[in-house]
Amino acid sequence: MFIPHSPAEREEMLASIGVKSIEDLFEAVPKAQRFPRLDLLPGLTEMETAAQLKEMAEANFSLEDASCFLGAGAYRHYIPAAIDNLISRGEFYTAYTPYQPEISQGTLQAIFEYQSLIARLTGMDVSNASHYDGATSCAEAGILAYHQYRGKRKRILVSAGLHPHYQAVMRTYLQDFDGMRIDVPETVSLDEINPRRLAEMTDDSTAMVVVQYPDFFGQVHDFTELAAAVHAKGALFCVCVNPIALGLLKTPGEMGADVVVGEGQPLGIPPAMGGPYLGLFATRKELARKMSGRIVGETVDNRGQKGYVLTLTAREQHIRREKATSNICSNQGLNALAAAIYLSLLGKEGLRSVARLCYDKAHYAAAKIGSIPGFKVLNSGTFFHEFVVVCPEPVVAFNEHLLHHSILGGYDLSSDWPSLGNAMLVAVTEMNSKEDIDNFCHVLAGDDHDHEA
Amino acid sequence: MTTKHEQPTVFELSSTGRAGFRFPQPDVPSAELDPALERSDLPMPELSELDVVRHFTLLSELNYAVDLGFYPLGSCTMKYNPKICERTARMPGFSQLHPAQPIETLQGALLLVYEMQDILQKVSGFTAGSLTPAAGAQGEFCGVKMIAAYHADRKNDRRKVMLIPDSAHGTNPASSVMSGFTVKPVPTDARGNIDLDGLRALCNEDLAGIMITNPNTLGLFDENIDQVTGLIHQAGGLVYGDGANMNALLGVVKPAELGFDVLHFNLHKTFATPHGGGGPGAGAVVCTDTLAPFLPGPLAAVLEPATEELPPLYGWKMPEKSIGRVGAFSGHFAVIVRAYTYCLMQGADGMRRIAEHAALNANYLMHALKNAYPLPYDRTCMHEFVLDAKWEDAPGVRALDVAKRLMDYKFHPPTNYFPLIVHEALMIEPTETESKQTLDAFIEAMLAIAREAHEQPELLHGAPFTTPFGRMDEVKAAKDLKLTA
Amino acid sequence: MDINPKFLYSKNDEWVEIDGKTAVIGITDYAQNALSDIVFVEISVSEGDELEASDLIGTVESVKAASDVYTPVSGRVTAANEAAVDKPEILNTDPFGIAWLVKLENEDGFDTSDLMDAAAYQAYCEQRE
Repeated sequence: MFIPHSPAEREEMLASIGVKSIEDLFEAVPKAQRFPRLDLLPGLTEMETAAQLKEMAEANFSLEDASCFLGAGAYRHYIPAAIDNLISRGEFYTAYTPYQPEISQGTLQAIFEYQSLIARLTGMDVSNASHYDGATSCAEAGILAYHQYRGKRKRILVSAGLHPHYQAVMRTYLQDFDGMRIDVPETVSLDEINPRRLAEMTDDSTAMVVVQYPDFFGQVHDFTELAAAVHAKGALFCVCVNPIALGLLKTPGEMGADVVVGEGQPLGIPPAMGGPYLGLFATRKELARKMSGRIVGETVDNRGQKGYVLTLTAREQHIRREKATSNICSNQGLNALAAAIYLSLLGKEGLRSVARLCYDKAHYAAAKIGSIPGFKVLNSGTFFHEFVVVCPEPVVAFNEHLLHHSILGGYDLSSDWPSLGNAMLVAVTEMNSKEDIDNFCHVLAGDDHDHEA
Repeated sequence: MTTKHEQPTVFELSSTGRAGFRFPQPDVPSAELDPALERSDLPMPELSELDVVRHFTLLSELNYAVDLGFYPLGSCTMKYNPKICERTARMPGFSQLHPAQPIETLQGALLLVYEMQDILQKVSGFTAGSLTPAAGAQGEFCGVKMIAAYHADRKNDRRKVMLIPDSAHGTNPASSVMSGFTVKPVPTDARGNIDLDGLRALCNEDLAGIMITNPNTLGLFDENIDQVTGLIHQAGGLVYGDGANMNALLGVVKPAELGFDVLHFNLHKTFATPHGGGGPGAGAVVCTDTLAPFLPGPLAAVLEPATEELPPLYGWKMPEKSIGRVGAFSGHFAVIVRAYTYCLMQGADGMRRIAEHAALNANYLMHALKNAYPLPYDRTCMHEFVLDAKWEDAPGVRALDVAKRLMDYKFHPPTNYFPLIVHEALMIEPTETESKQTLDAFIEAMLAIAREAHEQPELLHGAPFTTPFGRMDEVKAAKDLKLTA
Repeated sequence: MDINPKFLYSKNDEWVEIDGKTAVIGITDYAQNALSDIVFVEISVSEGDELEASDLIGTVESVKAASDVYTPVSGRVTAANEAAVDKPEILNTDPFGIAWLVKLENEDGFDTSDLMDAAAYQAYCEQRE
């Protein structure tokens, strides 16, 4: 499929090369292994393929048919129609990396605007063109910290409130990095995840302190004092954010963050079973030249027009090879474009509205669930989007029951956090109507049995 | 040239009070929020939906893309991106799935991931694989880390040297260093193969492994590949395969049968998923049984085998000695759906046709151009080849000039200045999806430029002229460093 | 290519000017020419740091390359050149003069046995052309 040559054209091309058959082009390949049998099915037509994929898709339970209370790092938000329409333009999605600025200004300016929007949203000076996802952005922040102190500070202190998968990815990336150490304070209760404790644990060997905002359990803390304490020890302070929360909450920039990372998926990118997402990465301007990944900068062309180019490429792997700041050589281009369109469409007003809706609905849901006998909400301070509910029975039983009502219950914390008991992490966004939330509570409370046919 | 192609930014287009999207009125009471935690200012642009649509549409018109023309871009495999793949990836049963949903509600998606793992194993000859890596560079990082984990597991802490041919892509050394290895270069011989004597000298007890791109970045299949992998294994090392060039090998040879131990695929090259202006791609990694326990996870696996009444239950599984997670979830699923769609349409016979026609197109171009452009390694190429744009009788002209001038002929320039072992390298990969007519038009343009290089070199230095923008001041960009509006 | 006849040179294209117990270090004209337009200079050591020969002192970056700079001799840092950091282009225009990078002091004097004199460095550069 998708090969245009007619038999006559093929013959003509072979003749001009001077070989008899296509097979002759592969004589450098060891004969014994050349042209093996592939144990695959015969190729299908587009109609057959579409039918098969439709069947596989329909074997899944789509969020479109569900009432969803799952978050834990991936969130269901409304995606305005214009986004898919624009990113589906072949000029965007079938373009290559913009190494040739003369014919890539569309991609370059879009990324420049993305960088500008992310910098403004996070309260930072600069942003890169994105990393793979929130988790790898955290790992890259750790690598930046390593380089900042030239390997002299080997400890990265990570809040227990950082997404457990992000902690895991930081370990994968940094464990062979010249003796670097990822230090997560042992924690058994939510109250122990607080900035004061981290400030006390920061020492002279600490290169960076990493926190999440709101944290994995939805908790919101002001990190201003922690940032100052971290700086007093000469270390860097990194905040991992949910970008929607920043429509409402004080920015990490205002609190004194040196690096802001985060998962950009909520900005107009479908949950798609985990990817591809968008790794946010922003810093203070003093660290701009330490950022890994692609970066777009403004300049002028030889005709006097304002234009954009990939810049600071001298530190990247294709030039510095083993001395590069990272091995990354792509960005999440199309997803960064989606995020730029999302933020442009929503703008000042829309972004505040969606953040406010998430905040209010999460609080409504928490209050309502907390009033069901046997259920208890653990979050005591401010929270956004998510909160922890301790259930009277194992979470898996409730979730199974909820699923019968087309409700995807919260994230089961019992395997990662046994100390919290039968704990469920419930996420609420603008997609959950009051009726949805009431119904969720109704089923949780077991009141639905009366209505079941 | 008087037409200005500059576009204002979204911030310049912003007009106070405008909105491009409205959310419904709240249906719950407003909750209290400590004012000390509220942000003081939200400096986002204010635009209408039409403002936004028109702005980004105008921007798109400043781009070159596969849908607009030919990308002879070596090592990047810019083939046609079939439209059906976009449709399947957007099916709500795939795009609207939460990664933490119960596996019982994801059986179709898990089956797809499981089958894609299987397809990649079958075309490469390996017996295990993981689709979690987000991109080629990450797949490569995983492969190298798996080699490190393998030696560590055998309590062999001496093996810290990774060999890398001098023609290799820069990610190879970068990934090696990130995995704790020291890099040693291996020379290339006069035919473009790995220099066997040079290699022998490096095979000792410090050897962890070698990273091989085959066909290499010159587009040449290593004629001694059996000996190379044999030497490494004898010395106790492992062989990593950079799968960037797998488009040349589909149905032609299985890397596992050549002695490779682990290999990554770029789904966005070999399996036609779009490059998206720089990503997202996907970089699956496949390996032998020996390395399987070290794969990054989670993998799609059969948790409960099929019974007479029920199909198997698919779920996620972490390999027992895994190098760990490399992303928040389980890989770029939406990219995997596209690649899977493409693979189903190709099937066993289609795979081989891809590689065959990729090589046919590359050799056709090489033969038509080699009299006009110096060809440093003159032998049958695979899917790509490298010219050296350096003429004794046109001393002022460089590869960059040829590349820039090609834009005036409406072609995307080839990869240039890579591989590093060819000074004025122009690396050309046509892919199998381009027609003879397109190739002929490209040949004509390249021949015309070779003539211009000799007759009007100044024309090349100033090019391009017909593009919306001219050459950019890269020094200014790096020095002034204006990264935000 | 310019060469200062009074300086000593390293294989990594650094120069050092020795005056008794003090030494001044910079990158050579050959180095700046190979890098082309220099856009960024970072000096990663500061006053008081004790350095061994071949320790990293900074990074010099152009649009097409980035190069680490090492000290050719051992000693204690007495000054780092802020002017080179503020105006990286001076490395292109005056690499042997105002674009010095660091000054060192060593009570015991400097071991220069591994360094080349101007003639040897000239030959070393020509052989790489």
